[in-house]
Amino acid sequence: MTTAVSAVAGRSDKSRMAGIIDFARRNPTIVIGGTLMIIIALAALGAPLIAGDPLIFQPINRLKPPSDEFLLGTDSLGRDVFARTVYGARISLLVGLSVAGVSVAIGLCIGLACGYYRGVDGLVMRLMDGIMAIPAILLAIALVSVMGSSVRVVIIAITIPEIPRVTRLVRSIVLSVRELPYVDAARASGARTRKILWRHILPSTVAPLIVQATYICASAILVEAGLSFLGAGTPPEFPTWGNMIASSRLYLAIAPWTIFAPGACLALVVLAVNLLGDGLRDRLDPRMARRM
Amino acid sequence: MIAYIVRRLLATIPVMAIVGVFVFMLLHLAPGDPAAIIAGDNATTANIEAIRTRLGLDRPLHEQFLSWVWATLQGDLGISMFSNLPVTKLVLQRAEPTIALATTTLIVAVTIAITVGVLAAWKAGTIIDRAVMAFAVMGFSVPVFVVGYLLVYLFAMKLKWLPVQGYVPLEQGLWPCLRNLILPSIALGLAYVALIARITRASMLDVLAEDYIRTANAKGVTTGVMLTRHALKNAAVPIVTVIGIGVALLISGVVITESVFNIPGVGRLVVDAIARRDYPIIQGVMIIFSGVYVLVNLAVDLIYTFLDPRIRY
Repeated sequence: MTTAVSAVAGRSDKSRMAGIIDFARRNPTIVIGGTLMIIIALAALGAPLIAGDPLIFQPINRLKPPSDEFLLGTDSLGRDVFARTVYGARISLLVGLSVAGVSVAIGLCIGLACGYYRGVDGLVMRLMDGIMAIPAILLAIALVSVMGSSVRVVIIAITIPEIPRVTRLVRSIVLSVRELPYVDAARASGARTRKILWRHILPSTVAPLIVQATYICASAILVEAGLSFLGAGTPPEFPTWGNMIASSRLYLAIAPWTIFAPGACLALVVLAVNLLGDGLRDRLDPRMARRM
Repeated sequence: MIAYIVRRLLATIPVMAIVGVFVFMLLHLAPGDPAAIIAGDNATTANIEAIRTRLGLDRPLHEQFLSWVWATLQGDLGISMFSNLPVTKLVLQRAEPTIALATTTLIVAVTIAITVGVLAAWKAGTIIDRAVMAFAVMGFSVPVFVVGYLLVYLFAMKLKWLPVQGYVPLEQGLWPCLRNLILPSIALGLAYVALIARITRASMLDVLAEDYIRTANAKGVTTGVMLTRHALKNAAVPIVTVIGIGVALLISGVVITESVFNIPGVGRLVVDAIARRDYPIIQGVMIIFSGVYVLVNLAVDLIYTFLDPRIRY
């Protein structure tokens, strides 16, 4: 990405346009995924501007089909499905981004430590194997039911099972990079361990971690929706897509919009993040790109 | 070989031990008194005390842990808080629908995914390949319950081809049982198919570039034999690995699918336990599902040696 940007910098607008089109042609998934993400993020941020009140209910307008007044109809309590769907994007994005950020940060630190200080490695990696053996959704269900349901607890509960995956990735990179001549050179020239880790080893982990973070974001959005759907996620009064689908499940036959509107948005967001991830992987990690 | 199997079996012990510590500590992770948490918001002090003694929460932590491990090893997963029945018994009662759903999905999904993945690799770059890859990205992105409700709406409510929900035990006949599992299996298997199809395609692409594939083609081996005997067999190790890892996806999916289709399986048992704060059930099912996952991946490790005789331990 940086090469494309620097290559066009300082040229005329025309060739800059050509550069952007060229980038889009080479990386269609980044552009499609990224555009979708920007639209969804803007809708989530500007929710009060484009949608009505997601919480107000008007029993007189129960289960109204989509119309001019209610773009996506109303649910069983007469709440505006469009407003709830738009507000639902906020929780999904918040959870997706937080889980990706926190799990990458924690996994990175543990992975660096395990890859470099061989003493702690065995014990920590066995611990990670153990966490990975517990199905993520069950672990999250258990944590939420013990710690009480709130957005913060949901984020923690989804983050914990993701940490081992990041740790393993970082550790494997550290193990291969630490044997390279330039790391030996740094060590021979007297660099301290901390400096070697941050200056010489950390940069190799950045590209794979960006890709991994997008995939974690996609999976976190799916797990959050699943938890809400099962009644183990955010409290039911929150307008999240999972909660909306769970509370409308009995009305599938008579009011399908109450389920398919949030369902379609959920699929669209996850698709956008996955496309972005695939595109970034193709660009940042060419070895993997050829394979998948 | 036997020595290897024994060694791998022993290696699962520390993993299961950590799962055990984690599951046991769960109740103690919560801020506050575990007995009060189990008793719920409206409990009296006497209630809380009764629960404390019944679960042995008044004993030292390490003593509690050891007796819990000992009981678990003997197949005793504790007593359900809600129904007062042993968790092991409750799980066994609910096991049939879950096993039926999981095995049907596993068999169908793996068959479809490998066929589609091989096809995509063989026709790499064509419209077939692109369609398969596009489907794979979609399959990852649509959540199980959205696919589930879409299938129910189309095939059960509009077209009325298949039942909306529920489960018919196997003893009432194979077809009535399978009929109820068709939609749940598709919903559950979609992401799994996508995952395996992707890795099959990737692994096959590598193998199809090998010299011995050209040799096979040159000596006149038919395409079918070339793809299966020569290519797929050599591409199998990563595929089997992902099938094993993907079982985690299947287990998580089972919990949600059973809720969508109202199947009275182990997944429903856990979901019902959430609202009732029935921790022994949640803990017991976590142990069982983790054990299944560990055993499946142990089996995968053993299959490697059959697939690729070069792998020696």
